[in-house]
Amino acid sequence: MTGAAITFEGLGKSFPKAGGQVMALADITLSVPQGSITGIIGRSGAGKSTLLRMVNGLERPTTGKVSVAGRDVGTATGSGLRAIRRDVGMIFQHFNLLASRSVRGNIALPLEVAGTPRGQIRARVDQLIDQVGLGALADRYPAELSGGQKQRVGIARALATGPKVLLSDEATSALDPETTQTVLDLLAQINRDLGLTVLLITHEMAVLRDIASHMAVIEAGRIVEAGPTYDVFARPAHATTRSFLSGVTGATLPAFVAARLQADPPGDQVIRVTFAGTHATDPMLARLATDLGISANILGGTIEEIGTRPFGNLLISVPHDRGDQARAS
Amino acid sequence: MSANLIPILWDATLQTLYMVAISAILGTVGGLPLGVFLATSQRGELLSTPWVNKVLGLVVNATRSVPFIILVVAIIPFTRAVVGTSIGTDAAIVPLTVAAIPFIARLVENAIREVDQGLIEAARAMGATPLQIIRKVLIPEALPGITLGLTLAVVSLIGYSAMVGAVGGQGLGDLGIRYGYQRFMPEVMAAVVVILIVLVQLVQSLGEWIAARVDRRAPRNRGA
Repeated sequence: MTGAAITFEGLGKSFPKAGGQVMALADITLSVPQGSITGIIGRSGAGKSTLLRMVNGLERPTTGKVSVAGRDVGTATGSGLRAIRRDVGMIFQHFNLLASRSVRGNIALPLEVAGTPRGQIRARVDQLIDQVGLGALADRYPAELSGGQKQRVGIARALATGPKVLLSDEATSALDPETTQTVLDLLAQINRDLGLTVLLITHEMAVLRDIASHMAVIEAGRIVEAGPTYDVFARPAHATTRSFLSGVTGATLPAFVAARLQADPPGDQVIRVTFAGTHATDPMLARLATDLGISANILGGTIEEIGTRPFGNLLISVPHDRGDQARAS
Repeated sequence: MSANLIPILWDATLQTLYMVAISAILGTVGGLPLGVFLATSQRGELLSTPWVNKVLGLVVNATRSVPFIILVVAIIPFTRAVVGTSIGTDAAIVPLTVAAIPFIARLVENAIREVDQGLIEAARAMGATPLQIIRKVLIPEALPGITLGLTLAVVSLIGYSAMVGAVGGQGLGDLGIRYGYQRFMPEVMAAVVVILIVLVQLVQSLGEWIAARVDRRAPRNRGA
């Protein structure tokens, strides 16, 4: 990874509204590393969609600057802007495929728009159809495809002009979990094979866990936390991040355990232990028992992979008078 | 019905078909681009020119609010300037076309506005120019709706063409009035009505068939 594929510098966006301006984004400074899969997570209305649309000039910044491969997008117009857009592919939550065109025709559209000669279009489209695994469906129409197949067409279309950056606007939010996984796998594979930088927005932490190398959390138009995904998962600093994390990393107690603890407080302390990096494989509980003589009770936990590194999360309870000692270890 | 009425009915039918066909073609030539423009020129749209949009919208509404029979008479000087006469089938084509253009424009505008905004956004993200978006996205995607709109326009033109008898436009409506009503020949009136019903049926069926052919929004039964 060398340098930044996309940079936001002090970016702000406000929309005119009856009786004044409504602020959508404020003071966004973020750089998306070349060749990374960077995910931006936020709740609906947090501004993540507006932020993504700045990258290909579908939205204009009110203040600040956004650039792709060193080119300023915010001030580009006309053919300059269209040239930038050909270097930035985009896929959508609702696919946005033309119902009037077959799979082949949809993938050909950006090439037609770019003025590619007909013969070259044909060859390129065949290659793309292979690449996303749609071989048998080339002459089908979108209405005849499943959601996952439609998104594959969307991805092939976004890749048609050989972009350097791929923007993904909630691309898996309309898909079932199994299809989501295959589409994410395809995105990760494209990222590896083509060295393409992927910037995606989502409201699902699991998407970031599965494919994002870097991430940022956006809340009410501001970036509240950003960094390599593993670090953010291991040491979430902001409350919003923790709340997003709680659903995927076992950082909260299973409901039935929480209910039992509330009904019958045992006088124990509940401790959340996260294992990151090399510690993730340490025999921590055994050491507590043998070295300190503390017998911990396991309430819940998970161990999973983020990127390719193990990440564990364990909730234990210890007798309350031994809590500080256990924490210290 | 006496045999010598058959050629008269036949001629009148051809005159009606001629007037409707030419005015439908000219109406489409004028109405399609106008409709596309109306659908894409409001503030913030592809061809954003809000003032032009507003003015054209007013002109379209004004034309559409004039009853057709009054329009026919009101634009006689214009008709004479265009075709050199204000009487006959050729002269009748002028008011028919003038009425068809705004009507078709509104139908096309509605069909274009039905196209999902997400498709426009996708095309913009590809780097398409406004003209490319209109040609490659909006018109093809709106084609089923445009086809049904044109069908409706042709059916309406068949009805309007019956009124241009008032300026010597001939055709089926004129025949019905002059023979069926003024000469007390109810069998002519009946024949005219039957022919009109058949014409409208044929146009409607043909339009729906074409619209279904170009509509890919629902899955087709493959291999059937």
